[in-house]
Amino acid sequence: MSSPTKRIAGLFSGRADANVGLLAQFPNPGALYDAVKTVRKRGYTRIETYSPFPIHGMDAAMGLSYSKLGFLVFFGAITGTSLAFLMQWWMNAYDYPINISNKPLFAIEPSVPVAFELTILFSALTAVGGMLALNGLPRPYNPLFFSKRFARVTDDGFFLQVETRDDNYDEAATAELLYEVGAMSVEFVGHDGTRDITRGGQAAPVEVPEPVINT
Amino acid sequence: MSTATATAAHEPQRIVLDEEALVQGGLDFHDVTEAVVVHVEKEIPTMWYLAFTGACLLLSMMWFSLAFQVWNGTGTWGLNNPVGWGWAIVNFVWWVGIGHAGTLISAVLFLFRQKWRTSINRAAEAMTIFAVACALIFPTFHVGRVWLVYYLLPIPNQMVMWPNFKSPLLWDVFAVSIYGSVSILFWYVGLIPDLATVRDRIPTGDKATLRDKIRQRVYGTLSLGWTGANRHWRHYERAYLLLAGLATPLVLSVHTVVSFDFAVSNVPGWHTTIFPPYFVAGAIFSGFAMVVTLMVLVRKIYKLENIITLGVLEKCNIIILVTGTVVGFAYITEFFVAWYSGVIFEQYAFINRMFGPYAWAYWAMMTCNLISPQVFWVKRFRRSIPIMFALSIVVNIGMWFERFVITVTSLHRDFLISSWDYYSPTIWDVSLYVGTFGWFSFLFLLFLRYAPVVAIAEVKGAMPEADPHFYHHEGDGGHGHTGDGGDGHTVNPTQPAPLPSEEPASSDDVADDDPFSR
Repeated sequence: MSSPTKRIAGLFSGRADANVGLLAQFPNPGALYDAVKTVRKRGYTRIETYSPFPIHGMDAAMGLSYSKLGFLVFFGAITGTSLAFLMQWWMNAYDYPINISNKPLFAIEPSVPVAFELTILFSALTAVGGMLALNGLPRPYNPLFFSKRFARVTDDGFFLQVETRDDNYDEAATAELLYEVGAMSVEFVGHDGTRDITRGGQAAPVEVPEPVINT
Repeated sequence: MSTATATAAHEPQRIVLDEEALVQGGLDFHDVTEAVVVHVEKEIPTMWYLAFTGACLLLSMMWFSLAFQVWNGTGTWGLNNPVGWGWAIVNFVWWVGIGHAGTLISAVLFLFRQKWRTSINRAAEAMTIFAVACALIFPTFHVGRVWLVYYLLPIPNQMVMWPNFKSPLLWDVFAVSIYGSVSILFWYVGLIPDLATVRDRIPTGDKATLRDKIRQRVYGTLSLGWTGANRHWRHYERAYLLLAGLATPLVLSVHTVVSFDFAVSNVPGWHTTIFPPYFVAGAIFSGFAMVVTLMVLVRKIYKLENIITLGVLEKCNIIILVTGTVVGFAYITEFFVAWYSGVIFEQYAFINRMFGPYAWAYWAMMTCNLISPQVFWVKRFRRSIPIMFALSIVVNIGMWFERFVITVTSLHRDFLISSWDYYSPTIWDVSLYVGTFGWFSFLFLLFLRYAPVVAIAEVKGAMPEADPHFYHHEGDGGHGHTGDGGDGHTVNPTQPAPLPSEEPASSDDVADDDPFSR
């Protein structure tokens, strides 16, 4: 908890308290979208939403800028093009010159197809590798996986998490706020499991049914 | 301008298109998950085992044909002196061409924001990868001494020589192998959220059987710890967009480079500048036909009629109609240019195609590719499952004949009459070609069993319920808006509300005891 806040391209990574905090479930994308706007308005910053598909407009609602992946891919593309031209010149004109029909040993024109293909290859590898790196994936362990409700996040669950390291974090007050903005359930997610947090004085929300597996 | 007139100017002008809902039958998010993932979870049906056995038999025929060819040499194929490229190249171009539709659906239609692609793009991309895997068999073994195939790649070897980068055949090595690699990357990136869906549904704890435990490991590893965090989606969507933007020129370049194998030579009938666009159109044509063949079967067997809708197949058929006509136009243009060039060898090559010893192949090609797709002008026919299924097979037969006509008729009679010959394949050509269907089916059946066949996250994202503003317009107040106090209601008046017909009936009709679906 005492480690300095280190932000890598919008991702909170490498911290013991990452993804530890209150997890609230919402019934649909609209409710989640409205909730995150209100929660942000109350000054919370260490928040993250989880959904089965990207929700249109959520980046703006969460105050995120656009992904910087394109810059990385640009350099991947440049690397691919230069390597391809260099390779073709070095192999066919310098290291082992091959005279084909007395054509020039190296020329731009016949080198274009291979340069093009390698540009694409390096860009694609950078796009995928860069996406995984920026997202901190693969990440086999995540405290969120303790939550049974969270198993629905890749099906039809919509979640909002407020992390404990948020300056405004206060378990009771934050949970109350989450219920106010329409959460169906709120639970605390930590490294030792989860516990439900009910709304003050009210009954606990309906227990989540296990996903039905048809066999 | 006063406020009043501004409001009047923003009077909602709804353009109601006659567009079918992408997901039908009133399915909600959870229903879509169920419909797709259940096939990965259920016990393997007997039919699958039967089909898989058949595929394995064909596959072993492929390996046997290859072993025979490697042992005895390329002479076992029907190649002769003028026709050095026989069925092997025909089949190579045919399989690569089939692959192109997958990339077209996943990349080009993505860039054009064609949401109907979401239901078929996963399977079409799988088709791409497996078709490229089939295609690569042919040139690899056509080199004759397959143990020296690494000469094709720029890796240091015992001769201290490098490949000749001025040869279109080498460009082809790069184009097709990179096309295969990028397709696999694109496919896998698309699969990550859906593999996480499969992972999250596997029983844990005491209920987990050994099979569940193995599946947890496998799907858990492959899904890389995906959680669907919005910060992840942000980079993920950007990566997907970039991959689509990269795959689009790539797919056009691949068949262009394949056509260079022919067009850069000086053989009459090959040496034409029309080849790159004509090959690309033909590739899309045959690929979409294969998509229709496979999807008609998949949606029937997997009962995915509400997700892979008739409307989606109709759109594929329209593309078949358009590209088939483009290809037919290219055939006629080639003829015109041969006549207009004034070169007797070029003119003879085309007269020979039409009336020479391979006229049967030429007319089969014309009938299958130019004439038969014209049936799809009639809406009733392009929405008829039996007709589209039969036609999709006819189209792929036609496209095979196209490659045969281009390769063989051009080669068998070139400049010198003394070198003319007639080419016919041997049984080993046939067995290898038929065997690659086993290789394709083997891979595709494994895909159908172990991966979600529909891009679940993408289908959900294309549903009207995925838009957060969908709930603002409903006005039934039952969706947890109680706390926002109007803060979040920034409704854009110019944005049309979803049409009533798009609202699935499930929320009211179906008894809904699941608190998480809507």
